[in-house]
Amino acid sequence: MKIFVCIKQVPDTNEVKLNPETGTLIRDGVPSIINPDDLCGIEAALSIKDQCGAHVSVITMGPPQADVALREALAMGCDEAFLVSDRVFGGADTWATSKTLAGALQMLGYDLIITGRQAIDGDTAQVGPQIAEHLGIPQVTYAEEITMEPGQDAMVVKRQYEDRYQMIKIKLPALVTVLSSLNTPRYMSVGGVVGAYDDKAVRVLTYEDIQDFVAQKDIGLKGSPTRVKKSFTKTAKAKGTLHEVPDDDAVRIIIDKLKEKYVL
Amino acid sequence: MDFSLSKKHILLQELFRKFAVNEVKPIAAEVDEKEEFPYATAEKLAKYGFLGIPYPHEFGGGAADNLAYAMCVEEISKVCGATGVIVSAHTSLCAEPIYENGTSYQKEKYLTKLASGQWIGAFALTEAGAGTDAAMQQTTAVADGDNYILNGTKIFITNAEAAHVYIIIAMTDKSKGTRGCSAFIVEKDMPGFSVGKQEKKMGIRGSATCELIMEDCIVPKANLLGKEGQGFKIAMKTLDGGRIGIASQALGIAQGAIDITVDYVKERKQFGRRISQFQNTQFQLADMQTTVDAARLLTYRAAFLKDRGENYSKHAAMAKLFASEAASDITRRCLQLHGGYGYIREYAIERMMRDAKITEIYEGTSEVQKMVIAASMGVN
Repeated sequence: MKIFVCIKQVPDTNEVKLNPETGTLIRDGVPSIINPDDLCGIEAALSIKDQCGAHVSVITMGPPQADVALREALAMGCDEAFLVSDRVFGGADTWATSKTLAGALQMLGYDLIITGRQAIDGDTAQVGPQIAEHLGIPQVTYAEEITMEPGQDAMVVKRQYEDRYQMIKIKLPALVTVLSSLNTPRYMSVGGVVGAYDDKAVRVLTYEDIQDFVAQKDIGLKGSPTRVKKSFTKTAKAKGTLHEVPDDDAVRIIIDKLKEKYVL
Repeated sequence: MDFSLSKKHILLQELFRKFAVNEVKPIAAEVDEKEEFPYATAEKLAKYGFLGIPYPHEFGGGAADNLAYAMCVEEISKVCGATGVIVSAHTSLCAEPIYENGTSYQKEKYLTKLASGQWIGAFALTEAGAGTDAAMQQTTAVADGDNYILNGTKIFITNAEAAHVYIIIAMTDKSKGTRGCSAFIVEKDMPGFSVGKQEKKMGIRGSATCELIMEDCIVPKANLLGKEGQGFKIAMKTLDGGRIGIASQALGIAQGAIDITVDYVKERKQFGRRISQFQNTQFQLADMQTTVDAARLLTYRAAFLKDRGENYSKHAAMAKLFASEAASDITRRCLQLHGGYGYIREYAIERMMRDAKITEIYEGTSEVQKMVIAASMGVN
């Protein structure tokens, strides 16, 4: 079974800072990590490999610096790594990114594709589902549990909702997006890190490599229908008022305030 | 000259750091308080390949190098000095002499188990009357058919309680002095071998320091490490490598102390200001960080030279001397910056100060390091 995990290298911060003039992310001085949901995607794939045997590949689209994220995945136990990287892919929105990745995945061949639910920098949760749509395969999003069926041609996925969950049986090939509550990702190992640099390679795929599987009009900035109107860092709201009063008075103050704001 | 770490070492450092913060730091105070060997941590160290970092894959190791090993001990010691020395004593003092001097049988039987972390290792040179004057060995080994019979008592043995295998130095020919010393690989289940009482120590209290007692202990001849008479040389060379481990431990403790002190002084307010705003605090911490960086360069240089197969004896001694004295001094000064809170066990700094002191003593006191350095300078 060939499993692909799609990962994204993101800035390690919960407070992404933006350049107010250009509206782009300030990445200087912020260390990069594998997006946390994606890390759980890697763990999910490696667990399936541990239990049933599988060939696990990891793939990302990004600049050459994303190499280190792929090496980390190799050091955790992934078998192969692909970096989809080319200047012409630059400026891609989720549509162009998913088109590009779908093209690469179609070329490489897969039985199961796993992605994280969403990235902590963009928070769109779109790329995974879009890849499945482009490839015309079934998908289950927000997976909290994955159980491979005997015969490995299908699996049962527990799909998380806010107030309930669904148990969905899905035939392979398929795509699953996973939540970080699915598992605790394993550490890399010392031998894994050494192997990731000394024994394994990260294969770089340029547009030329995948051009038979994705049209030029669908890649990069030109292939991106999304237009960002404005990006800004949220500013702190006005400081609240502190009332040191008995409970009854506190309740009255809160209710008056809520009425004033038309909440009640 | 290039002072930058390779990408591989940067990723290894990240692994060591994450593991230390998530797996070692949360239980460091408890390990100290209970004076118990952290068996669960040792299993995790084995699982992720921390107990055989520099050894080839064929022996179950990580196939990294001594620099990576030093970085591992450093990162772990930042949060727990006891766990740091567990890795160091196991690797430098037990796996290393087998790797360097072992027969293929010994490597196959022992190094694979040690490097993969299935077994914990220890090293026994010190005796009641043979500390710095290690040549005063009283433990004896007498050949008897296919075996040697060992008699004697070793003291202050790190990892003793947890170890499955020990490198033991004993006299095979007392008339020859240090040239009459031999090294043996002894398993804990060999007849006549027992682990004695656990010492109650000032610091590194989780590292299970005990006596080893050999009463007509039967050790197969196949377990003689190196040749008869090479034991003292093997021990001294082993300690050269061990000093890189202890320098790394000291370096880690010192850096860990600075790190928590920086956090503390940015929070703590006195006289209406954060104490980080006082110039005394700033200058103290600037001095300390400079010293730790110097210690790191010395330590990494020693590891680097060992990896290159060059003579590193003097460099390891310098690294250990400088880093261990820095650790003692810096933890004491960091505790002072914590004020009264620093003296309370709830804060990690008092444990770090207790843990730091031993680095000036074991695997050669600071004075021994100076003897090694002076001798290398021709000053004798």
